[in-house]
Amino acid sequence: MRNVFLIMKRELQAYLASPMAYIVTAVFLAVVGGIEGVVLYYSQEASMYYVFGDIVTVLFLVLTTQLMSMRLVSEEKRSGTLELLMTTPVPDWQIILGKYLASLVMLLAMLVLNLGFPLVLTKLGNPDLSVLASGYLGFFLLGAALLAIGLFASSITRNQIVAAIVGLGIVLVLWMAGGVSDVFGDTFGSVVVYLGPFDHYIDFVTGIISSKHLVYYFSVIIFFLFASTRVVESRRWK
Amino acid sequence: MIQVENLSKTYGDHIALNGITFSVNRGQVLGFLGPNGAGKTTTMRILTGYMPPSSGKATIDGLDVVDDSLQVRQRIGYMPETIPLYDEMTVTGYLRFMAAIRGVTDLEPAIDRVLESCGLGDRRHDIISHLSKGYRQRVGLAQALVHNPDVLVLDEPTAGLDPLQIMAVRELIRELGKEHTIILSTHILPEVSQVCDHVLIINKGKIVAEDTPDKLTSRLDRGARVRCEFANPPEDAAEKLSAIDGVAAVNANGQVYEVSMAVDKDVRASIAECAISNGWGLLRIEPISMSLEDIFVQLTTSEDSPEVEA
Repeated sequence: MRNVFLIMKRELQAYLASPMAYIVTAVFLAVVGGIEGVVLYYSQEASMYYVFGDIVTVLFLVLTTQLMSMRLVSEEKRSGTLELLMTTPVPDWQIILGKYLASLVMLLAMLVLNLGFPLVLTKLGNPDLSVLASGYLGFFLLGAALLAIGLFASSITRNQIVAAIVGLGIVLVLWMAGGVSDVFGDTFGSVVVYLGPFDHYIDFVTGIISSKHLVYYFSVIIFFLFASTRVVESRRWK
Repeated sequence: MIQVENLSKTYGDHIALNGITFSVNRGQVLGFLGPNGAGKTTTMRILTGYMPPSSGKATIDGLDVVDDSLQVRQRIGYMPETIPLYDEMTVTGYLRFMAAIRGVTDLEPAIDRVLESCGLGDRRHDIISHLSKGYRQRVGLAQALVHNPDVLVLDEPTAGLDPLQIMAVRELIRELGKEHTIILSTHILPEVSQVCDHVLIINKGKIVAEDTPDKLTSRLDRGARVRCEFANPPEDAAEKLSAIDGVAAVNANGQVYEVSMAVDKDVRASIAECAISNGWGLLRIEPISMSLEDIFVQLTTSEDSPEVEA
């Protein structure tokens, strides 16, 4: 676990040393903050249902996570530091896990920076705090799944832009497929809907924390972390 | 210390390594010599556990590089050719990370030691992206040393440095060679004779020669040439020289003649006798010893390597 922590720490340093993380965070906070302001003005409701449920919020989470994760592995492949890292006595999965955890910390930091809005809500009205918490949990889990997809995309290329595009591609395919699930027929269609990360999210927003959704998000995360590990391991295949 | 047996590596159809076998004893400095694409980096990547061989076996200290990969990696310091560094980190920050990840517990003394031995003391707080090529090279070397490994694998450690820096790095490697087993690759030949105890010339994935730098030079000296100079040679001096028993060929250039001798024949006495008895005015007669360059060129270009196309 010590190695995972070391990798994570270095990765966080790298985030904080690059302007990218600051810019992405700033834009994300500005956009979400804007949505929050508009929603509050028009709905006059002390809830975040319309914020978390807004397609622009979700779209920005998709963009933000892909921009945050695109450099995780690809950059080290390009610079060659991955080669050196892989000759240190650290198993490949720990490298992947450490990098992933660093990106989760960044996501968490963004959400914490956004906590000003629910604070304002408690001043203006009387929001249901448990529904707010459930909404944040859902938003975080969705972001965590999207980061795992982005990490996987980053592991298959040495080009950050390619990584971002592949990551966006995977996410959008999952999204779109859910929207047109009818064409796949009943049985297969419901599988397609189940596979999409967004359908599991909306229950959290309405305040429902269901184990089936938790299982879904953890499965997606584990699957893509496993796939990323296999990709970086593939050079070891004879 | 390092045993390599029949190591092969293929990338698709391309054969990068074709059954090489060698061993390195503890405390030896082995020079890996060969043209670009000969398989030097591939061999190093296999030894450092970055990737497995397609077939064959390599052990370090009795540990297999594939089966006991993590333990092997613990014992190796590796400096890849490209000197991969995290540009945004400081020199000490980077070394601290590399030391910690290799399980060094007492970080600060280890870092001070390599900063000292690599001459980085006054650059310890610099951001790596601000360093010159020479200093980056030193950080790369410091990183390979920081966990005090038994084996150092250095891929072209002097590539891209200016002559002064090259001398400094060679000096450092010679110094390190007293305590560590070192494998280094290069295509600069004088470097090998200066720092290595043992040379391995590799071409197209095969070992074409292996010996000490001195022995390699002398071994291939047989059938060598002598250079003679005469004050007043006649027109037909070249023919007369060719007629001497044991002379394979004569190459005239003004008063200077280069005589190639047949294998295992020394015709210098006969040449001297011929010159004196005919009154050519012998000025000098000297062996042209083959430099490592000549040997290298000869070994890597002359014969078509008997590679079997897959």
